[in-house]
Amino acid sequence: MSEKRLLLGDEAVALGALYAGLSGVYAYPGTPSTEITEYIQQSPLARERGVRSRWCTNEKTAMEAALGMSYAGKRALVCMKHVGMNVCADAFVNAAITGVKGGLVVLAADDPSMHSSQNEQDSRFYGKFAMVPIFEPSSQQEAFEMVGDAFRLSEALRLPVLMRLVTRLAHSRAAVQIGEPQAQNGLAPDDERGRWVLLPGIAKRQYASLIAKQEEIQAGAEASVYNRLEIPGQARDDEKGAGQDDKLGVIAVGIGYNYVRESLPAGVSVLKVSLYPIPAKQVRELAAHCSRVLVVEDGQPFVEEQVKGLLGPDYPVRGRFSGELPRTGELTPDCVAAALGVALPTPHERAHNLAARPPQLCQGCGHRDVYTALNRVAAEFPGARIFGDIGCYTLGALPPFQAIDSCVDMGASITMAKGAADAGLRPAIAVIGDSTFTHSGMTGLLDAVNDHSAITVIISDNLTTAMTGGQDSAGTHKFEAICLALGVERDHLHVVVPLPANMEEITRILREEIAYEGVSVIIPQRECMQTLGRKLRQKKQQ
Amino acid sequence: MSKIDIKLCGVGGQGILSIATVLGEAATAAGLQLKQAEVHGMSQRGGDVQSDLRLSTDAIWSDLIPLGGADLIISMEPMEALRYLPYLAPDGAIVTSGKPFVNIPNYPDEAALFAELDALPHVVRLDIEAVARDSGLPKSANMVLLGMAAPYIGLLPEESLRGAIARVFSRKGEAVVEANLKAFALGLEHSKQVSK
Repeated sequence: MSEKRLLLGDEAVALGALYAGLSGVYAYPGTPSTEITEYIQQSPLARERGVRSRWCTNEKTAMEAALGMSYAGKRALVCMKHVGMNVCADAFVNAAITGVKGGLVVLAADDPSMHSSQNEQDSRFYGKFAMVPIFEPSSQQEAFEMVGDAFRLSEALRLPVLMRLVTRLAHSRAAVQIGEPQAQNGLAPDDERGRWVLLPGIAKRQYASLIAKQEEIQAGAEASVYNRLEIPGQARDDEKGAGQDDKLGVIAVGIGYNYVRESLPAGVSVLKVSLYPIPAKQVRELAAHCSRVLVVEDGQPFVEEQVKGLLGPDYPVRGRFSGELPRTGELTPDCVAAALGVALPTPHERAHNLAARPPQLCQGCGHRDVYTALNRVAAEFPGARIFGDIGCYTLGALPPFQAIDSCVDMGASITMAKGAADAGLRPAIAVIGDSTFTHSGMTGLLDAVNDHSAITVIISDNLTTAMTGGQDSAGTHKFEAICLALGVERDHLHVVVPLPANMEEITRILREEIAYEGVSVIIPQRECMQTLGRKLRQKKQQ
Repeated sequence: MSKIDIKLCGVGGQGILSIATVLGEAATAAGLQLKQAEVHGMSQRGGDVQSDLRLSTDAIWSDLIPLGGADLIISMEPMEALRYLPYLAPDGAIVTSGKPFVNIPNYPDEAALFAELDALPHVVRLDIEAVARDSGLPKSANMVLLGMAAPYIGLLPEESLRGAIARVFSRKGEAVVEANLKAFALGLEHSKQVSK
């Protein structure tokens, strides 16, 4: 039986993994990767097969648990947004040293143009760093098929493999032809301690073995259907002739292939790349047919740099480094057409009566009351600094609140406030969400407690992971217990309800705790308006 | 080859994705190729949102519509319709709600905004929320808008859009399907009137 389904790129990955016999998905929500895990959580097939899919506390716990499932012989998928790779890098890189048993696919969804992110780092560098194969689909259909191939390659090489998506594929929908689901692996734990106990003696041997596999990995990429040289018949004939004319060849990487095909001039040769390491053989073949090469890749100039190295300093290689394509931001059909020398019409100028419309905190959101209180109290302390964190409440940086002084990475509010307090800054206030706190805030709070740092921590608890659409938050109903267990003093731990009616109480507590020369934690606790509304609607429907 | 590229836009929370869902359902049933780039995440919180919907009888490559390539802009908000003007094809149409959604302090002067909008060829605008409300269909404003857009979507006959509305909303019950079909008919009627 074969059928077609309309799927987001994320959903195609999820379904591809389920059809490849997945036994567990491990993930922390992060745009644009969230829908992969959500799809598996809602899939009848996953339920029937008992596929493990609950949200993890962060990307590192996700990666390690997935490695454990692989160790036990089953296929596991780890999903995250690109910056999640920073969080789990320790486990990821070392999983390439131990190797795997059941197939282990690590999916990183990059966000070039930073639609919902603080940087546009390119996860392919992590794959190269760990010396593992990297898959990068160009379409939803390819994404679906590729996951199965990624699991098979992972088991054949006994290595984790990386799969990279970008926002435009993750969040774009198209029809996907699907086949029959294959069976899951049975329980078959590995028994080679000589691979898994990374004492230096063993690690040295394992590292040497990883390096020894590189030749096979390279040959596999060059033989793969995912890397395809498309030389038009005409171009081949021309090449046999003069061969001296200016002739363009394009290396079209991942989703870049679509933009190239959108406006490809006749006679141009294309090397489609969707599996790394880059197929050096085909790159040389393309270069031999052409007189210059344009590299079209989303993200950082990862391929362009390597192709330059392959073809030497005299061969013209163009792309994001050389300025033919913009150095930052996602690819568009427009910038790729321009790089190909194809002019697109722009019949209408930008409109005049236009204003930016930035996102904002929802009406009635508890974070609003938190910032109202903080702004009121902070105004009384000219030296006050408010260290923010990652989540909906980062929008407190924008008008009307303009309340926070920093937002760097998951958990940095508490630790930056601590460092600033150590330096003598008063008052140092941290604002962190409930899910971000359990993701990466707890260890920082322990540091602050042990150092008796003078910080005031606001854990703005809306009982969900709101920014990504309301996923379960790992610490719900446990925050007081966690803070007490980490050593926060009972007298300096407060739970309040962020509502305009409670403003007097909240501002009074803030003032008192700011005056305290030690760690205080205030937990404003009220459910997210979005998840609350959804629950009420569901109730009504029933 | 026959194709239509549609830019759907509005403000986060206005429901542009349900218009996209209906168009996607109709296109799939009609055996058309489809690609639809959506916006998820941060910008859904009251910011500007847009979705690129491409339908074709042949293979579609790019998930994004190129500049000057959109045959149609469907917008839940008039200023948001103008935001994507550089994407509109020379002879493209704009079908938009006529009701400004003012959640920013520097929203442009409404008279100037409408003057600029109406100076463009092929613009249909209507206060869809008022029409939906006055007809007792307060939750179906977006289907009024889809009805207004229907005459510009030659690839999908009206009947196929009605069928898609019925299938997409069937989970929510017969009353919801009826309300949405009625809203669709109101929008369609308006569009036919103004283009006479």
